[in-house]
Amino acid sequence: MKFTISWLKDHLETTASNDKIIETLTMVGLEVEEVTDTGAALKNFVTAHVVSAEQHPNADKLRVCKVDAGTGELIDVVCGAPNARTGLKSVFAFAGTYIPGKDITIGKGNIRGQVSNGMLCSNAELELSDDHDGIIELPEDAPIGVPYPDYAGLDEVVIDVGLTPNRGDCAGVRGIARDLAAAGLGKLKDDGIVPVPAVAGPSPISVFVDGEICKMFAGRLVKNVKNGPSPQWLQDRLRAVGLRPINALVDITNFVSLDRARPLHVFDADKLEGNVGARLGRAGESFVALDGKTYQVDETMCVIADDAKVLGLAGVMGGEDTGSTETTTNVFIECAWFEPTAIAAAGRKTGINSDARYRFERTVDPESVMPGIELATRLVMELCGGEPAEVTVAGKVEAPGTVVDFPLSEIERLTGLKVEASEVEAILGRLGFKVSGSGETRQVVVPSWRPDVTMKADLVEEVMRIIGVDNVPVTPLPRLSGVAPKMLTTIQNRRRITRRALAARGMDEAVTWSFISTELAEIFGGGKPELRLANAIASDMTDMRPSLLPGLLAGAARNANRGLNDVALFEVGQVFFSDAPEGQRTHATGIRTGTAGLAGAGRHWQGKAEKVGVYDAKADLAAALDALGVDIDKVQVVSEPADWSHPGRGGRVQLGPKVILGWFGELHPALVDKFDLDGPVAAFEIDLDALPEPRKKATRAKPAIGLSPFQPVKRDFAFVLDADVEAAGLLRAAKGADKALVTDVSIFDVFAGAHVGEGKKSVAIEVTLQPKDKTLTDEEIEAVSGKIVAAVEKATGGTLRG
Amino acid sequence: MSNEIADLSQSIHAGIADASDEAALEALRVATLGKKGSISALLATLGKMSPEDRQVKGPAINGLKSEVMAAIEAKRTALAAAALDTRLKSEKLDVTLPLRPAPTAVGRVHPISQTIDEITAIFSDMGFAIAEGPDVETDYYNFTALNFPEGHPAREMHDTFFFEPDAEGNRKLLRTHTSPVQVRTMETTEPPIRIVIPGRTYRNDSDQTHTPMFHQVEGLVIDKQSHIGQLRWVLEEFLKAFFEVESVTTRFRPSFFPFTEPSMEVDVQCDRSGNEVKIGEGNDWLEILGCGMVHPNVIRHAGLDPDVYQGFAWGMGIDRLAMLKYGMADLRAFFDADKRWIDHYGFRPLDLPTLFGGLSS
Repeated sequence: MKFTISWLKDHLETTASNDKIIETLTMVGLEVEEVTDTGAALKNFVTAHVVSAEQHPNADKLRVCKVDAGTGELIDVVCGAPNARTGLKSVFAFAGTYIPGKDITIGKGNIRGQVSNGMLCSNAELELSDDHDGIIELPEDAPIGVPYPDYAGLDEVVIDVGLTPNRGDCAGVRGIARDLAAAGLGKLKDDGIVPVPAVAGPSPISVFVDGEICKMFAGRLVKNVKNGPSPQWLQDRLRAVGLRPINALVDITNFVSLDRARPLHVFDADKLEGNVGARLGRAGESFVALDGKTYQVDETMCVIADDAKVLGLAGVMGGEDTGSTETTTNVFIECAWFEPTAIAAAGRKTGINSDARYRFERTVDPESVMPGIELATRLVMELCGGEPAEVTVAGKVEAPGTVVDFPLSEIERLTGLKVEASEVEAILGRLGFKVSGSGETRQVVVPSWRPDVTMKADLVEEVMRIIGVDNVPVTPLPRLSGVAPKMLTTIQNRRRITRRALAARGMDEAVTWSFISTELAEIFGGGKPELRLANAIASDMTDMRPSLLPGLLAGAARNANRGLNDVALFEVGQVFFSDAPEGQRTHATGIRTGTAGLAGAGRHWQGKAEKVGVYDAKADLAAALDALGVDIDKVQVVSEPADWSHPGRGGRVQLGPKVILGWFGELHPALVDKFDLDGPVAAFEIDLDALPEPRKKATRAKPAIGLSPFQPVKRDFAFVLDADVEAAGLLRAAKGADKALVTDVSIFDVFAGAHVGEGKKSVAIEVTLQPKDKTLTDEEIEAVSGKIVAAVEKATGGTLRG
Repeated sequence: MSNEIADLSQSIHAGIADASDEAALEALRVATLGKKGSISALLATLGKMSPEDRQVKGPAINGLKSEVMAAIEAKRTALAAAALDTRLKSEKLDVTLPLRPAPTAVGRVHPISQTIDEITAIFSDMGFAIAEGPDVETDYYNFTALNFPEGHPAREMHDTFFFEPDAEGNRKLLRTHTSPVQVRTMETTEPPIRIVIPGRTYRNDSDQTHTPMFHQVEGLVIDKQSHIGQLRWVLEEFLKAFFEVESVTTRFRPSFFPFTEPSMEVDVQCDRSGNEVKIGEGNDWLEILGCGMVHPNVIRHAGLDPDVYQGFAWGMGIDRLAMLKYGMADLRAFFDADKRWIDHYGFRPLDLPTLFGGLSS
């Protein structure tokens, strides 16, 4: 919403400085987004006289001019404008002046052999309008050498405020003036609405309202007007806020819209057929709007129509055919009220952004229909003459007349601000509210232009914003407890810990999109229709991800394209299995590519890094689980690879077949190709929600340590096993052989080869025996060794190597 | 005889001095003190001597034996020291050879995670728990319960991502803000409530400062007395702590959000003259968050009586806070998984933001 200081002063009697006005606007909630001082920007442009303009000897389209800019000497200027001619008064920029419309500083130069020391300017070059057909033409009596802003009355400060959607009343200069007056910056002037007598008698044109969108439709014919360009003051006003003057009748509608937040429309009455009114659109109807484009209308939209055709889209944009032109002699003024949501919907559907829509969708004062048409009529009479007929009205709209019971204590309750009752009354009064009653609770009548105010909290805001939020005393929030208790939930802590644990393993944390392509979602086990966006921003961002792997793999591919083939990336984030809240889970997922193992990637004098593999993935997973308090040796690790995994190089970590904690493996070669990576890729996924909730403990004390005074005994065994026998079974058997004595079993050698036999392998273990109450005798050690060998041979079908 | 001892002594000492390694020294020891050694041979003569002779020669020969033993031991120590010295010289390594960096020197935590940890550190100290909610939301929690009327332009301003409608015509959406968690929390938690809600949010928008996915943090206080004066305190304390500056100057501007009344936007004073924004100095204003008293309709939708319960809420962009504090220029790079970017803007795994140790190092 743009306006100028001088326009504001039409409504506000004030001695406040411009800076004070600008500051106050922001502090009452009318955020100043931009202030432009047109006078300051254009102060170096002066009025000038083209003393002579002759054909350039070397260029058909150029003229060589001698310009008097009031400096006492004639300046040579080469000008390309078709209207540069001897005797013209125009606007001149000396060499060294910045030309805003061209974003250049004009210099002294030589154009095709002729000296040029400045520039004659168009309106576009001064950013006053889009008109760049030729240089500005000033009247013959214009003075010479006067700064152009002074001459043209352009020394204006233009303020642009960003309106919140609830303040339709401030889409007019008068509403802004009212807020400033309420904030103590002066006095709101009288609204100046005086009914204009209907000298032409009853309206020959009837109006109608049909459908629920238009509540009230008023029309007024003014006969025998003389349309033409608006007077300079009106043109200046409109130009200053970025509007192009059209003709007096059209300019009046724009002026009232900006001045009072009261959009209007003017028809050339001679182009209307029969009666005029508002009704719902019909399938197949269309109209050509003022922007020259044809729009289809439908049953959800309100249109303005006469008996024969659609004239315009109600509250959004009028039609081209029936608008007022310079030749209009009988004008029909329309002033109506439409449902804001319907106008917003029609605007969205057609994609039209107009000053009318901006106001109607923010709610126009329902009681402004009659004052608006009277104001418009008076302006038409003043600028174009004519004889008005009576106003003709269909429908009726009234403000809700909301009365709020307002306990004055509510202000302190919600803000902490203490305000005297008399001040509350004064502030609300200046804003147009009527306060009555006495005592703690007052009755407040909401003015017609503030439909956004419906309850006491709204009134608290009105009082607080006028007093200023800066005046609300800053008060500490009392602590609820001396020392804050634990604030994170189990899953929040898991995320935090996993992140640091994986980063501590040399991995980089990535944050990737929650949505991926349908194809990838399906490959990784997702792709449910309920998790597919109806209005995705891009075709590869359509489906909520079932896994963090696609995002990380795509990230790895982008890194590879930049020459980084060895990356270790992880993400801790949400994945989606249904559209219900419990269908969202947290995964911690990581990948290593190339040679990016734990020790580091690439060549090094201490040894070249090997390509990553399944055991890198398993180590990452185990480290993360350990950080979360889960010992991977105490849960099940099974050869059940994930769907994304190499079928022979992947596994699953679980508490049982129903409680799966995670997966690890080398990425399936087909997926390595799919992501355009150089394999192998080591990957793991942890389902952080699947981990069991830690048991509630009565005490934080750890169990007694029970250190044995006796030396442990270590014994080595090597077994020849079938190649497909899993180590897990061997370890379980060895550990279970004597649970009291065997405290640790580790595998220190695995190999296969001709001397162990085809399809066989040798696995060597070291068993630790820890006596508790006495030193073991040789016989006891022999007995335990025998049990271990028997247990392993039974469980694995292998034999002790001789 | 005494000459003999003196000669022998002299020749043995010369031999000890000449011994260049332990082997030569050992050979000398055997040749003198061994069973058939020269001193042992002299000692053997004592038995056949007269007691008078023995009294004289005995101490002399035994003296020679002790003296030679000590000399050999001293020489042995000297030779061992020399040998060690030689070995150590030969064992010298080039300690300037660079090693592979430690994993903790390589891995980095994403700035968004770090910023969430910083926010958590500050608010948990102020007694706020961390609350969360689903990304896939219903229209009710994202809009209706938050007092967005049907068809209101404020809904359109959210550029919402929708899912396909189900058989009953209900369509879910991706939450456009973290505010739905306000209602979800109020529905299940007895006041007093003090929570902050960090999380992913989504809007159908993309340019240098907007991405279709971004992160917000929301705060909510619900009890029977909290008001705007305290809201100002909480936010000013937070901003000071987060930006790690002595003081901040804020400007609370009245504004409009459907779910708060009164509503405000908060600008923070800063210096934007250079390439980076400096909070806590300068004369520019930077809009940083929105806030207000929770709208009575929202409190009512959550099943509480707005004449009894009241409180405030605020929301701000985590990515934006990170950009302001740590100087990243382009939001899109946050989600690109570019190793170079993460290594540059990321944080060491053990850089844990705490209030006692400082938020950033």
